[in-house]
Amino acid sequence: MIPEIGTGALAVGAALALYGGVAAAVGAGTGRSALIASAQHAALAVFALVTGCFLLLAYAFLTFDFSVRYVAIQTNLATPFYYRITAVWGALEGSILLWAWMLTLYTLVMVLRHRAQRDLYPWALAVMLGIVAFFLVVMTIPAPPFERLTPVPPDGRGLNPLLEDTGMITHPVALYLGFTGFSVPFAFALAALITGRVGDAWIATTRRWTIIAWYFLSLGLLIGGWWSYHVLGWGGYWAWDPVENAAFMPWLTGTAFLHSAMIQERRRMLKLWNISLVILTFGLTIFGTFLTRSGVIASVHAFSQGSIGAFFLSFLALVLLGAFGLLAWRWDRLRADGELDSVLSRESAFLLNNLALVAAAFTVFFGTVFPLLSEAVRGVKVSVGAPFFNQVNVPLFLALIFLMGVGPLIAWRRASVENLTRNFLGPVAVGTGAAAVLWLVGVRSTLAVLTLGLTVFTAGTMALDFSRAARARMRGGLGLLPAMATVLRRHNRRYGGFAIHFGILIIALGVTGSQAWSVQTEATLRPGETVRLAGYAVRFDGLSAAQDSTHAKVIGTFTVSNGRGEATVMRPTKKFYPQEQSPIAGVDYRMGLREDLYLVLGDFARDGSQATVKALVNRLVSWIWIGGLVLTLGALLAIIPDDKRA
Amino acid sequence: MTRHRKFLAGGAVILAALAYLIYAGLTQSAVYFITPSELQAAPVTGKAYRLGGMVLPGSVEWNPATLDLAFALSDGKASVPVRHRGTAPDLFGEGRGAVVEGSWTGDGYFKASQIMAKHSEDYKAPHGNPGDASYRDLLRTLKKDGTAR
Repeated sequence: MIPEIGTGALAVGAALALYGGVAAAVGAGTGRSALIASAQHAALAVFALVTGCFLLLAYAFLTFDFSVRYVAIQTNLATPFYYRITAVWGALEGSILLWAWMLTLYTLVMVLRHRAQRDLYPWALAVMLGIVAFFLVVMTIPAPPFERLTPVPPDGRGLNPLLEDTGMITHPVALYLGFTGFSVPFAFALAALITGRVGDAWIATTRRWTIIAWYFLSLGLLIGGWWSYHVLGWGGYWAWDPVENAAFMPWLTGTAFLHSAMIQERRRMLKLWNISLVILTFGLTIFGTFLTRSGVIASVHAFSQGSIGAFFLSFLALVLLGAFGLLAWRWDRLRADGELDSVLSRESAFLLNNLALVAAAFTVFFGTVFPLLSEAVRGVKVSVGAPFFNQVNVPLFLALIFLMGVGPLIAWRRASVENLTRNFLGPVAVGTGAAAVLWLVGVRSTLAVLTLGLTVFTAGTMALDFSRAARARMRGGLGLLPAMATVLRRHNRRYGGFAIHFGILIIALGVTGSQAWSVQTEATLRPGETVRLAGYAVRFDGLSAAQDSTHAKVIGTFTVSNGRGEATVMRPTKKFYPQEQSPIAGVDYRMGLREDLYLVLGDFARDGSQATVKALVNRLVSWIWIGGLVLTLGALLAIIPDDKRA
Repeated sequence: MTRHRKFLAGGAVILAALAYLIYAGLTQSAVYFITPSELQAAPVTGKAYRLGGMVLPGSVEWNPATLDLAFALSDGKASVPVRHRGTAPDLFGEGRGAVVEGSWTGDGYFKASQIMAKHSEDYKAPHGNPGDASYRDLLRTLKKDGTAR
């Protein structure tokens, strides 16, 4: 009975969302408040219905209702409580439900925050409800989460073992909050086009929304990297996998938008560009869903499923045609009021930053779809892997790090020589000095020297600016810490942005270190034998076995000692799940600020007489996660309400 | 107007640089995907390829001491001997799909630098699959002789 209620609720929700969208649009067009109020009620009801569906699906998981096909595929009787909850969004149908739920949540918050507005908001509400309606239709036709399975199996298949991980609760949730969050700026941008009020109102309204969406998307990407690092057992955190790319592209264009919006706020330029970026970012989130869920590409993440690809592709076409059609219609209103005065100006630095970000998004897009195009057009199968993406993106990312140092300090309009020397002479000296020191201590990777030199330069500009601001407050009689706190509070947008930049620099440090200096080795050992790597001695002590609730595992015991004579025991495993044909590696690692030691158990003799182990020393990887933390703090600082006393 | 032109010229230079970046990246890093029959029909020595096929049952030879792995990839019509150094990924197995990246050596085998094994798309029975009995067996041996637990 419960599954039927769920199916019914989704269909009713789809109809209500569609009604609400039309009512809001008509209400906005004719100015009839009653219709807008009715649309708001519909939005509320849709939120309640989708929340209900989510709870019903969770209930089906908790009670092992294997008559629901999705539950039977995603769990079995051995799946622990905790993972039965995360299994709700572990595959196609449930992930669309989570997506739709977040959309309705954002819609609800939008209603609560903006309902007093009468210019842009009613149209934005109409757009949001239209998007919600699409996702609910998807769950009614091509991806029904509550579909029955007959005959009812006695037990389910069980969760994909790779998803039995804490990262799996947070990774999709953060990522989807990011993806769906960009719907709000998109909805307001369309509202601006429809009403012709393409000035700054929509930018000001959506500033916080954009930061929140951007932050969650960043967090989702980072948690994905963390999951890949400690679950997949290859020692890496980013593989330029098509689905990673699908999430990275809207991040790049979203980042570009965050920056170009500031130019519009300050200089009334880039109106056309900003609206295009928001449309593009939203379009890329839908394109990403299409890539992931249509089965057009093979990937670790891809869940393939029949007709759903056609639904997403049609929706994407509708969104892009509609949005760019509106843009063309409003073309004459999108002229810039201000103009670019000089190449040496903040506007120009931001413009270059935008070009680099959009260029990166384009190369990632191109590399991701090139194999599809090549096969379709030339009939030749080509694979475009990490080497392509690294080669093309590294110069762009280096340029971005440099611009990150220049942009916030260079003068608006036209920078004078005095402005340039005052702000950049010191940081350039420090950055060059750092590069020279690295070279002298024997670092011979040009890329690493260049990246770290640029990173130090940019960190130097931030330190310079922040210390100037703090010193100004100290002259007003404040102590050092209160002065710093006041600066952060009064200029929270600026220094929140700085903190985010600093987080990115720390991540760049981690990425550079791990790419340039990580080492690995592999060896087959008998008990008592040792393999050495980068100052570590890894001694194989023996194999043992254990049974967990969902799987059995073979455990390799290794005693690891470092050069300083400290020893620790590490236990990488191989896990055997009854529902899987292959074992799955359970990595063991010791994290450190300088380096992580990472052990993966490979093949082993069944009598325990020998085992193959892969040992990796991954340098500076921890800084990636630390950078994520700093970025989080910065995002929090940037979205707190402005201090009016400033 | 001249300023406008300057910016246009700058934009054109940037676009050209980007186009070159992508072009160079593709010509240097894109790897052709071929099947065993295609490779056998026209083997080119030393060129990077991705070779995809099924791991021929009975062909896998693994030497733990030297970490040498040898197997044959087949597409039903032709099969190509492949050699690799290092443990294969977990999903690798006889009778399953695999894609290897590397090049034809001219000495009669394909030297793989990387093995990518594929998840089987088949629905598996929840319990009692063939692997089940053998690994229970294995656990018994290990529990008897093992060091811990």
